[in-house]
Amino acid sequence: MTEKKQEIVYQGVAVSSGIVSGKVFLLAEQNFVPLHKEVPPDLRKKELDRLKKAIAQTRADIKTTSLKIDEMLGTNYAKIADVQLLILDDPIMRKDIISMIENGDNAENAVYKASDKINRSFETIGDEYFKERRFDIQDVSKRLIENLLGGTKQSLANIERDSIVVAHNLTPADTVSIREKFIKGFATDIGGKTSHTAIIAQGFEIPAVVGLKNLSRAVKSGDDIIIDGNKGIVIINPSAQTISVYEKEFDIWFAEHQELEKLKDLPAQTLDGVQIKLLANIDNPDETEYALKNGALGIGLYRTEFMYFNRVQVPTEEEHFENYKKTAQRMSPFETVIRTIDLGGDKLSKLGFLNIDEESNPFMGLRAIRLCFKYPDIFLQQLRGILRASAFAKIKIMYPMISGLQELRMANALLQRAKDDLRKEKIDFDGDIEVGAMIEVPSAAIITDILAKELDFVSIGTNDLIQYTLAVDRVNETVAELYEPLHPAILRLLKKIIDDAHRAGIKAAMCGEMAGDPKYASILLGFGLDEFSVSSAQAPKIKRAIRNIKMSSAKLLSQEILKIDDIKEIEKLLN
Amino acid sequence: MQEKTFIIKFKKGLHARPAAELVTFLGKYQSNVKIIKDDFEIDAKSIMGVLTLAAACGTDLKFIVDGSDENAVLIQIENFLNSGKEYD
Repeated sequence: MTEKKQEIVYQGVAVSSGIVSGKVFLLAEQNFVPLHKEVPPDLRKKELDRLKKAIAQTRADIKTTSLKIDEMLGTNYAKIADVQLLILDDPIMRKDIISMIENGDNAENAVYKASDKINRSFETIGDEYFKERRFDIQDVSKRLIENLLGGTKQSLANIERDSIVVAHNLTPADTVSIREKFIKGFATDIGGKTSHTAIIAQGFEIPAVVGLKNLSRAVKSGDDIIIDGNKGIVIINPSAQTISVYEKEFDIWFAEHQELEKLKDLPAQTLDGVQIKLLANIDNPDETEYALKNGALGIGLYRTEFMYFNRVQVPTEEEHFENYKKTAQRMSPFETVIRTIDLGGDKLSKLGFLNIDEESNPFMGLRAIRLCFKYPDIFLQQLRGILRASAFAKIKIMYPMISGLQELRMANALLQRAKDDLRKEKIDFDGDIEVGAMIEVPSAAIITDILAKELDFVSIGTNDLIQYTLAVDRVNETVAELYEPLHPAILRLLKKIIDDAHRAGIKAAMCGEMAGDPKYASILLGFGLDEFSVSSAQAPKIKRAIRNIKMSSAKLLSQEILKIDDIKEIEKLLN
Repeated sequence: MQEKTFIIKFKKGLHARPAAELVTFLGKYQSNVKIIKDDFEIDAKSIMGVLTLAAACGTDLKFIVDGSDENAVLIQIENFLNSGKEYD
């Protein structure tokens, strides 16, 4: 009798879209504790020889992997190998291992104990960056133990049939041996949107879900698995009923995927021929390729905050410059809109700049442009980096959290100072660089007509605009349902912002989440929105929505909707 | 025996890459090199020792060099830490 297995559903983070079902290939973490065996004194010399051979083998492995990674991903990844080789030859660890073997430990256990000891000393480190280096140490000692055990490591090169790879984490070393044609999906315990797994999966165009916590410990090779890379769901041992539901979901997704694929090179244009600019939101230069692949004709929001994460010092002007230049050049000839930092004060406190107590209401506190005025040097460094990069490709600047004209003028004065300095230093930049502002504070929305006179464009940040206007914290479950983009107050504000921009002769873009939801495309088009900036994954869906809308009907619809008092009625009309 | 205190100027601190470079060149000398941070002492020829210092930018590190080539070692350390070179 076959054992009836229980279906288990895991929720993680979707990082590469698609649905796939199949068999698990478990890339096992060799997290076992090797058995202790007492080695008799006359055999201890032999044990040391075994260690020596395993070290030589591991050194060769690390070098081979480094060469392969070099070919696949470029030299920056391969540099990891230098550190790993030093760890392998580390005198302290070596001494420790040898003395344990001389005292009768078997080599595997000695390596394990020595690395565990070092691991513990790393656990106490407060700095996340340094703490993470323990993974390099674990990786090296794991390889060493595997070689001592005779190379039992499961490698992705061993995959002989269609499989879905489940692992605790995928390292660049794991993926060098990948056999693309057999791999249909990834599911990993850790990782985020910009993790190695995400980048590889997007490159291969296979579904992937990360951040599944302890999935790799709950499955074994050969288990049935479904990966839903659209919703971030993984199902182990799916029941017959789940399978049939997913077969239908897959058919729907596949048909949609094929349809969207066909749209990739078609213009974002309404049925009556109005061209709309479709741009992408990114956090990081590495996302440009995905944006282009999804048909974005530029970057409408480059969030620069990520540069401030996981570090002990604020980024230098040079780092700003390099990042922006790289991004803008990759997007060229299309534009890149760089938003100056939208950080909360907590971040700068961690970087040793501020010493403020935790703010009781950080969303209304010292953040974004306000923080930049308090620390103009940080702002100037970024502005100089942006300006210098503008000499190489089309870049625009965008200020976050502007709430009034004075702030806009202050920001522009600092920008002018940065420009004057660069001119004095005879450093090139785009003298006509366009400057825009996010409209995300209700006061700014109400005076868009005033701000627009001194701006080259506006971009509506709906997430904050809705939160501030409706006084609803979307993350707070108890009030989240009050967060409603179709609230007549929001719709009136949107209409006003767009009309004011147009009266001043400038374009109105939207980079908030509302722009990325196809449901709202017709009403936004009807209001006259010029540019949609959305996450890369949403771009094809918004393009499809735009291509199915007639501008003249959208205009009528939006006029009708503005006359309706009740949100429920508005929703009915939209559907 | 010689000792000297240096301030770490690498903007990301003495992280993996610069630590690797330090350990590699120290390995070529005969002298013993220790680093002291607060009351924590490590062997500077051990990459893991150096990394456990978690020496961020601005950290004071005391180097104690002892051996026949200690003068050369100290000059090398000084050149390295004050080179102004940055690492990814």
